[in-house]
Amino acid sequence: MSQKTMEVKNAFSQALSKVENMEELEKIRVEYIGKKGYVTELLKEMKNLSNEEKKTFGQQVNVLKNEVNDQIAAKREELKQKEIEFENSRMPEFDISIPADLERGSYHPITLVQRQCEEIFRSMGFAIEDYSEIVTDYECFEALNIPKDHPARDMQDTYYLENGQLLKSHTSAAQNAIYKKYKDALVNEGKPIKAIFPGRCFRNEATDACHENTFFQMEGVMVDKNISISNLIFFMKTMLSEVFQKDIKVRLRPGFFPFVEPGFELDISCLICGGDGCPSCKHSGWLELCPCGMIHPEVLKAGGIDPEEYTGFAFGLGLTRLAMMKYGVKDIRDLNSGSLKTLSQFTDDK
Amino acid sequence: MLLSMNWISDFVDLSGLDKLELINKFSLSTAEVENEIFFKGSDLSGVVVAEIKSVEPHPDSKKLHLLKVDAGDSELVDVVCGAPNVRVGLKTAFAKVGAQIGDITISPRKLAGYTSCGMCCSEKELGIGDGNDGIMEITDDVACGTDLKSIYQIDDIVFEVDNKSLTNRPDLWGHYGIAREFAAIAGRELRPLPTADLAAYDSLPKVDLKIEDPLGQRYSCLQFENISTHVSPVNMRIRLYYCGMRALNFLADLTNYLMLEMGQPMHAFDSRKVEKIRIKRFDKPFTFKTLDGIEREIDENTLMICNDNTPVAIAGIMGGLDSEIVADTTTLTLESATFDAASIRKSTVRLAHRTDASMRYEKCLDPEMTTVAVARFVKLLTDIDSNAKVVSALTDEYARRYDMVSLSFDKAFVNKYTGIEISNDTIVKTLTSLGFGVELSGDTFKVDVPSWRATKDVTIKADIIEEITRIYGYDNFDINTAAVPLYPVRAAQEKSDEDRIKDILVKRYSMHELHSYVWAYYDEYKALGIEIEPNVELVNATNPNIKTIRKSIVPTQLCQVKYNTLYSSDFAVFEVGRTVDGYKADGLCNERKKLAITLYSKTKEMQQLYFELRDILAVIADDIKHEKLSFAKKEATHSYQHPKNLNAVWCAGKELGEIGIVNSAVSKKIDKKANIVYAELDVADFATIANAGIAYEEPSKFPEIEIDLSFVTDTFAPIAKAIENASCSLIKKVSVVDTYADENGKSVTVRIIFSHGERTLTKEEVLEVVNGIVAELEAQSIKLKNGLPM
Repeated sequence: MSQKTMEVKNAFSQALSKVENMEELEKIRVEYIGKKGYVTELLKEMKNLSNEEKKTFGQQVNVLKNEVNDQIAAKREELKQKEIEFENSRMPEFDISIPADLERGSYHPITLVQRQCEEIFRSMGFAIEDYSEIVTDYECFEALNIPKDHPARDMQDTYYLENGQLLKSHTSAAQNAIYKKYKDALVNEGKPIKAIFPGRCFRNEATDACHENTFFQMEGVMVDKNISISNLIFFMKTMLSEVFQKDIKVRLRPGFFPFVEPGFELDISCLICGGDGCPSCKHSGWLELCPCGMIHPEVLKAGGIDPEEYTGFAFGLGLTRLAMMKYGVKDIRDLNSGSLKTLSQFTDDK
Repeated sequence: MLLSMNWISDFVDLSGLDKLELINKFSLSTAEVENEIFFKGSDLSGVVVAEIKSVEPHPDSKKLHLLKVDAGDSELVDVVCGAPNVRVGLKTAFAKVGAQIGDITISPRKLAGYTSCGMCCSEKELGIGDGNDGIMEITDDVACGTDLKSIYQIDDIVFEVDNKSLTNRPDLWGHYGIAREFAAIAGRELRPLPTADLAAYDSLPKVDLKIEDPLGQRYSCLQFENISTHVSPVNMRIRLYYCGMRALNFLADLTNYLMLEMGQPMHAFDSRKVEKIRIKRFDKPFTFKTLDGIEREIDENTLMICNDNTPVAIAGIMGGLDSEIVADTTTLTLESATFDAASIRKSTVRLAHRTDASMRYEKCLDPEMTTVAVARFVKLLTDIDSNAKVVSALTDEYARRYDMVSLSFDKAFVNKYTGIEISNDTIVKTLTSLGFGVELSGDTFKVDVPSWRATKDVTIKADIIEEITRIYGYDNFDINTAAVPLYPVRAAQEKSDEDRIKDILVKRYSMHELHSYVWAYYDEYKALGIEIEPNVELVNATNPNIKTIRKSIVPTQLCQVKYNTLYSSDFAVFEVGRTVDGYKADGLCNERKKLAITLYSKTKEMQQLYFELRDILAVIADDIKHEKLSFAKKEATHSYQHPKNLNAVWCAGKELGEIGIVNSAVSKKIDKKANIVYAELDVADFATIANAGIAYEEPSKFPEIEIDLSFVTDTFAPIAKAIENASCSLIKKVSVVDTYADENGKSVTVRIIFSHGERTLTKEEVLEVVNGIVAELEAQSIKLKNGLPM
């Protein structure tokens, strides 16, 4: 290799080793292999050489040119890599231990419990019905075998309106309409009536931590040709086991409600102690949960259904009470308070 | 109602059976028993009968006496006693050293300097009565040293049945009826009630009696003289006390005892005051003093017992003061009657006076019981007081008989209703034990309902099912799912829309769902300056703060917003609830289901907040119905509405509700610095809108042309109209990209995107459309701000 070529090569190596960024690299590239670069300039010296020498020198310069090109490319890669590394290194480490921001919306706890119950019954083929809050005396009482002057009317202090209508005191007030809606399909097409109807109810009473004048219930009915007490107990036990997500023991006691016969008070094994007895079940091992029974023949009749041919069961579940039990809400008034400190906690629960 | 196991055991032999287990079965088969069971006498031992042999006054105390008593042991015992009735020869209850009374163990104890080796006890101290004005006085015939428990029924199990669970069972308001249930549950025999033979008095004169009112059902009475016993036997007093009744005097105690035993209320009059018994109502209201000394207002609907025309008692509720037994009463008249149950109930409510008697009469008592109760009364009276004398014949007017009930059903009916197999034998045995007459032929049952169950309780076949199954035991049931045909069940549109609205608001917009009451809150509205508008009213609300049903959820929601102003600087709440907008043509309330949303912010500008809410409504409509909303300006008519920016919300040709700003007068009272906007939509109306569905369009493979046009105008509406009028299929999307206001007025920049599915658009064809739009707007003096962009 000629002295000159060697000098250029060494100078290049030295210069390249000092390059730290793309701008400097580009500068060196122009300096050495640009149109007027040192390597390019070397070729101009060819004119002073013999033909023999020209060939060798030419080859040497070409080799050098290629080497410079390669080294610049390699350097470029290296610099790119460094840049990425630098970029990566600039990223700070975040403090993931800072609590997550959970700010989001919430459902009313009644909506959550209601949806859970609806889902269970929907999966068993029950229709979900909606009903008005203001009903007639007929719907709330007469059609439920509670004639005027019946002592059962003492049991519920009802809010009456000027036109004689009333704020429904129980979801049973929807029974008559449900029977009438489905009786033709029952009789003509053999479709059993299976429906639940959650809704808001009202009682004219003073409020305290355990009493509200506005609360939710969920009524359920099933009517077909051979619905029995045995079926009633089965559905109650199944539903409640699903609601509480564990195997629930149920027991029935006679209970008097004019719209069922026989009528029952249904108790479940205490959820806290499992039946051994604890303060929350007053040491009885049982919690009174939901009234139920076989639909009274007069009630079926009022709904246009022949009680000689069809039987059915009905139950009423206190959704408000269920929500309080499930979430440990101690003061029933919190539910209608609108307090976001309370209610914003019920984000979702499926 | 408190019940004594001893009393029940008078009528059914329960020996050898676990009483607590029986009580539990009673709770599962008959009526709810309260959790606490009282073991009477369990904390009492070592109390014996003792005779006071000597009484010396205590030297330093006026009240105390120093006694020597004979407690049946070899030596007399020294006792210091403060009772006023100590006297030599008195036999009393004596707690010996080592005796247990409640928590106390008796030991020798110094009292005012003298040692007392035991204690003479009152009934109250022993826990067997109310009497505390002296130590017990025990008849002479009992030997000293006799354990008190061997002569009196002190040991007893007492339990309480929830009265509410007996509303339908008139037969269970006395121990005899309860004993019948225990007999059926235990499979033991019910003993007949010991009674006197009243036929023996048939020859005596009758009482002058007449039921003059259809509300009187049956009236039985009998007259007595010469009752010499004044204090009831101890066992009777203990039972009354255990069952929650004060012992008064023998006669009053006996009527109470009868009521607790048979459920039949009774009343004794001074015969001089009831020479002509008449049962009737009066035409005019008057006042009447009952035996508790209270003057009560009697109206023309209240049934009265009268002496000819002078009222002497409120039928079925309470006797009068003037006809009460007094010191010089010689002859008394015993009443045992039944009256119209609904009438008694109404009178009780009207008088606001509920008595042990009226509580029972309300339940439709068995009219067959009146004379049996008299016969039982005579039996008890003459057993206790041998001097007592019946001086009249049984006088009994049975004006209205109960309807006898006979029911027929077959085995298949029982099987169908129960879903399990209960044998004919079990059915017959169960019903018979409850007093039903049963005839079985083949698989067919004919059942006669006994009078004590027939007044209203057991009237149909389903009632018989209850009798059979409750004694059979629900715990013994095999439980089975139902075999029914399966059909798909479609969710109701309104319900599914409601659920989806809630999901959108909670999940996408982080809103909180609230519930508020269905009525206007007077105090809270007033505090916020919200007017309570006339609407349907409650007629019997006890709380004066609630009366008018709400027309809109918005005001109740604003009250809740006020309550939450410290919760956060920004929050959004909603409720799906009911409102009433007056009456419908048919006279019924016009109830509506509404969605109300309120956005509250201390950080956002009003306009931003308002448009946020507008967009939320638009997303609801688009997501659930794939429909667009439109808005139309409205005049404010409610106190909470701001006069500006109040818009009706329209969707698919229906007016669904409104969006607006809260009137400053109200919002300032909620929070001076907050911006508050609200919307209310009718959910039922929304549900009736058909889902337009997703209109899919294949995306064009050819480039779009995007054109921005700035017009000098206050609102976008005319531009939208002009674009719509162009009805050009090439326009794929229209959006507002900027609004600007300067000294030259407001301008709106709209971006229109054009494209064609099959080819590249030419500039010319797009310009033609744009020019049309511009021309239409210029005709309305809405000019382009900067000329055409291309």
